[in-house]
Amino acid sequence: MNQKTDLKKEKKPGDIKKTVGKGIIYLLLTLWALVVLFPFYWMILTSVKSYGTYNSEFIPKLFTLSPTIQNYVDAFTTVPLARYFLNTVIFTLITTGIMLVVTVLAAYAFARLNFRGKNLVFLLFLSLMMIPSELVIITNYVTVTSLDLRNTFTGLILPSVTSVFYIYLLKENFEQVPDQLYYAAKVDGTSDLKFLWKVMIPICKPTIVTITILKAIECWNSYVWPRLVTDNELYYLVSNGIQSIRENGFGRENIPAMMAAVVVISVPLIILFLVFRKTIMAGVSRGGTKG
Amino acid sequence: MKGWLYLLPAVLFLGFFMIYPLIDVFVYSFEEGYNFASQTYFGTGTYNYKYVLRDPYFLQAVKNTFILVVITVPLSTGLALLISVGLSSIKPLRQLYQTVFFLPYVTNTLAVGLVFMILFKKTPYSDGFVNLLINWFGGKSVDFIDGPYWAKMFVLCLYTIWVVMPFKILILTSALASVNRQYYDAAKIDGTSGFRIFRKITLPMISPTIVYLIITGFIGAFKAYSDAVALFGTNLNGAQMNTIVGYVYDMLYGSSGGYPSYASAAAIILFIIVLTITCINLLVSKKHVHYIS
Repeated sequence: MNQKTDLKKEKKPGDIKKTVGKGIIYLLLTLWALVVLFPFYWMILTSVKSYGTYNSEFIPKLFTLSPTIQNYVDAFTTVPLARYFLNTVIFTLITTGIMLVVTVLAAYAFARLNFRGKNLVFLLFLSLMMIPSELVIITNYVTVTSLDLRNTFTGLILPSVTSVFYIYLLKENFEQVPDQLYYAAKVDGTSDLKFLWKVMIPICKPTIVTITILKAIECWNSYVWPRLVTDNELYYLVSNGIQSIRENGFGRENIPAMMAAVVVISVPLIILFLVFRKTIMAGVSRGGTKG
Repeated sequence: MKGWLYLLPAVLFLGFFMIYPLIDVFVYSFEEGYNFASQTYFGTGTYNYKYVLRDPYFLQAVKNTFILVVITVPLSTGLALLISVGLSSIKPLRQLYQTVFFLPYVTNTLAVGLVFMILFKKTPYSDGFVNLLINWFGGKSVDFIDGPYWAKMFVLCLYTIWVVMPFKILILTSALASVNRQYYDAAKIDGTSGFRIFRKITLPMISPTIVYLIITGFIGAFKAYSDAVALFGTNLNGAQMNTIVGYVYDMLYGSSGGYPSYASAAAIILFIIVLTITCINLLVSKKHVHYIS
């Protein structure tokens, strides 16, 4: 809007127009911050209102004087929230783990090793980045169903592993490691696998951390594939758990307990974000997408 | 060969879960009368496409998806541009604002969608928070979740914008930060006005980023699904709020499911739509974008 303020600043006293401009900018930013934060406030607020209080407020109150943790107790006792949580942790850890191994090996092959057909295969990999998951999910669903892998972790995890983009990202990073290191290691008789483990991975750790976190976020929030392959509550992930809570958990009207469940499943990612804020934001601007 | 050995896991995963399904989806879409249980079909042809294109649920889904795309992509991109320009022109508190604005990116779409539903829903016990605001301004309560079509569409668009904003703000802020300061300084010496600087320098410099955001925005919005589920539940056809992707999954699974052929045909139609729109976007942008290396 007011690009003037982007210029080298020479503070002239009494520059009212500039101050007003700044004021408008802060107002706009604060307004959007409120829009972003309000749903979070509302979910925490509702989750500490008691069932009776919530339902007696025809005009919802913006604060509560008698917070309760009963809803959190309900969220863990009347629906298997802990189970959903555990499933999601298992799913996220294993999927991200396998993804890392596959990605590191493939990126190393593309960046460091020479073999016939390398460029052709790489081109094929790149073109796969353009394939929307909606196209392949249909066959995957049929495959997993006919292999009798519905409602198993194997069925959940295997189709979720591959991420061509991360292979590409890591390959770019691996290529920046100087060739001399590799030749020196070769002269010393170091094997490729040892070189990868002792040199490449430590040097490229920031990128590896980035793709790990991005994949973990993706896993934690995944909804479509888990919904297709699980219809047994024992294997629900948090997204599906929330959906099932909404449709037949607590009894439709126990909204405070529902909100407690929402808080519980939102907190891990928010903590992860606050801890790794810089890494996540840098990683996403290098090529994450959502929606 | 050692190279292939290292590549093997990736090739296996991609081959089995991406390349084979990609070929198979086209095969499915032309197999008529496919039976899921016995895995048999009568013959081949274009009946699946004809069926899908005549299905009122599919047409409703296409209509919803187009409305969603046309409303949310320009609005979210414009708003993100406004916010990013604001962000890059302040110093104090900038980090705090950036952190707050990014929060929706790391939240579970299903979970926060539930909060939006509660904010907008009208129940016998309470009209909900948003209706409270509307009443304050003298309006009448509306049921945004089970009410009139446009009220539902409004919430869906709003929530979609809320979800996609963090990515756009982040990308635009870093694009704005990479514009060479010297251009601004030169313009300032010439006494150029702020708005003119924005139009003549900033906008052209970041136009490739804007195009990138518009294209990815179109692609993302065409694939909208979980936002709608979060707000209106899994019976999207009943709520008249289905999207194309939702139609694909409904055909595949659930009470209306068991028809992978129809699902495949619908998915391919979606893919063709997205591809066409992306090509148009690229062609249009070629004329208007200034690429500076």
